Amino acid sequence: MKSRSFWLKILSATVLFGAWQVAGMIPVSYAFPTFFESMAALVRLAADGTLFQAYVETLRPLVVGVGISAVFGIGLGLWIGLSSRFDWLFSPIFIVMQAAPLAALIPLLVMAYGIGLTSKVFVVCIMAMPVIVLNTAGAVRNTPSSIKEMGRSFLASDTEIILKIIIPAASPVIFSGLRLGISAGFIGAILAELKITPTGVGDIITYSRSIADYPAMYAAIFSIILLAVLFLNLLERLEVYLFEGNVRGYASD
Amino acid sequence: MVMPQIKEVLGSEETPKPDNAVVARGISKTYGDVEALKDLTLEFPRGQLTSLLGPSGCGKTTLLKIIAGLLEPNAGEVEVNGKPVTGPGPDRAFVFQDFALLPWASVIRNVAFALELRGVAKSEREAIAEKYIADVGLSGFEKSYPHQLSGGMRQRVGLARALSVDADVLLMDEPFSAVDEQTRRKFQEDLLNLVQNENKTFIFVTHSIEEAVYVSDQIAILLPRPSRVSEIIRPTGLRNKNVDNIRRDSEYLDIVDSIWASLRSYVE
Repeated sequence: MKSRSFWLKILSATVLFGAWQVAGMIPVSYAFPTFFESMAALVRLAADGTLFQAYVETLRPLVVGVGISAVFGIGLGLWIGLSSRFDWLFSPIFIVMQAAPLAALIPLLVMAYGIGLTSKVFVVCIMAMPVIVLNTAGAVRNTPSSIKEMGRSFLASDTEIILKIIIPAASPVIFSGLRLGISAGFIGAILAELKITPTGVGDIITYSRSIADYPAMYAAIFSIILLAVLFLNLLERLEVYLFEGNVRGYASD
Repeated sequence: MVMPQIKEVLGSEETPKPDNAVVARGISKTYGDVEALKDLTLEFPRGQLTSLLGPSGCGKTTLLKIIAGLLEPNAGEVEVNGKPVTGPGPDRAFVFQDFALLPWASVIRNVAFALELRGVAKSEREAIAEKYIADVGLSGFEKSYPHQLSGGMRQRVGLARALSVDADVLLMDEPFSAVDEQTRRKFQEDLLNLVQNENKTFIFVTHSIEEAVYVSDQIAILLPRPSRVSEIIRPTGLRNKNVDNIRRDSEYLDIVDSIWASLRSYVE
């Protein structure tokens, strides 16, 4: 079973990269390199250390922003889900945040917070937080009432009901919110580097494009996607480790 | 001033007054405009199984949840072992219709969950849980998760959890309605053994007339809107008969028929 899903992953990667290679060889655009050219550029960037220096820059707003979004997002979501009053107070903010055209708002952020780390963290948070908050709140609201009642009948305190019943019951949806939020956070981090000040991976992308070194540009984009995928896999491992019984497998199993 | 003395004398000389584990007195409960229970009084003798039987919507589950302390009555009070109920307590344990298991927790953690909430140390509560898992016939499934079990097995987990806290009163809300017919029959037989062997008081909500007559020492028939106790039936004769023959017994069949006769006009 495990090996089958492993081979399926390899197969899907092969198909995707094969299509990339073919599209680059046609080529669909003068600015679109093949897969192998991009990988060669990636190795080159990694070998001379540029890539790692860039990630030191990029990861800072990303980690801070994602950390803040996860902690405050889950906390706020919990609060909103538990109390209708806080739902009225906070939900609209996050719905607006989710729908806002972020790129257009970045100049405002820069005017308010300058071009440093703060603005970039804000961009990551605006991208990552709403989906985490709204998912958490929805999941908390939908906790089956019978297991809450079970907790009360067996003398659970309010805190125990939240920690031992509501949060684990909401965890699958909280985690799916985290996954969506964190991938949005990755997008936000790169967006911030493209729109505010070109640093880190955003700098490699901007610079390589300006000197028409497209393989390097796509190598940088590829590396950030790779990092996001690795991170999301890690998150999935954590979820399985914490709440094993919640994992039901697939509907077709 | 004289009355209490007389009562005392009577109480000591004649048969002692029946020992009730649970007494519900003058219970009324309304949901908005709907009157679910009205001035309901009912006594639950210790060590016996009392069924609450009635058509759907007659407030049986509401009464059970009031006894559990999960719902507040608008009027009246419930006493358990002579003490008024103000909320859930360690003297009562609940078995839920939909099992109410934690899907992320293994069988052993589910069974031990009530003890976990009481702050019992992990090794101790798991030892207790293992004993009750064995008692309900689920040995070997300690590490399984609820979604890997059948409906009947899940309810055994719920039962083991309720037994693990060793409460005086077991409140069962249609516990067998979500399991298949064959499993239900087995459960009913097991329940009779449980009532006999454990010195506990059982309050059992059901909508099945046959089930109520089969397992109960006392059946309270509730009639709906607003609910009150219309009749109390004590099939005492059946309790001394061989379990295997109850369903063929003419007394059993008569009681089932007479209950249906009094309920049929209330069933749409």
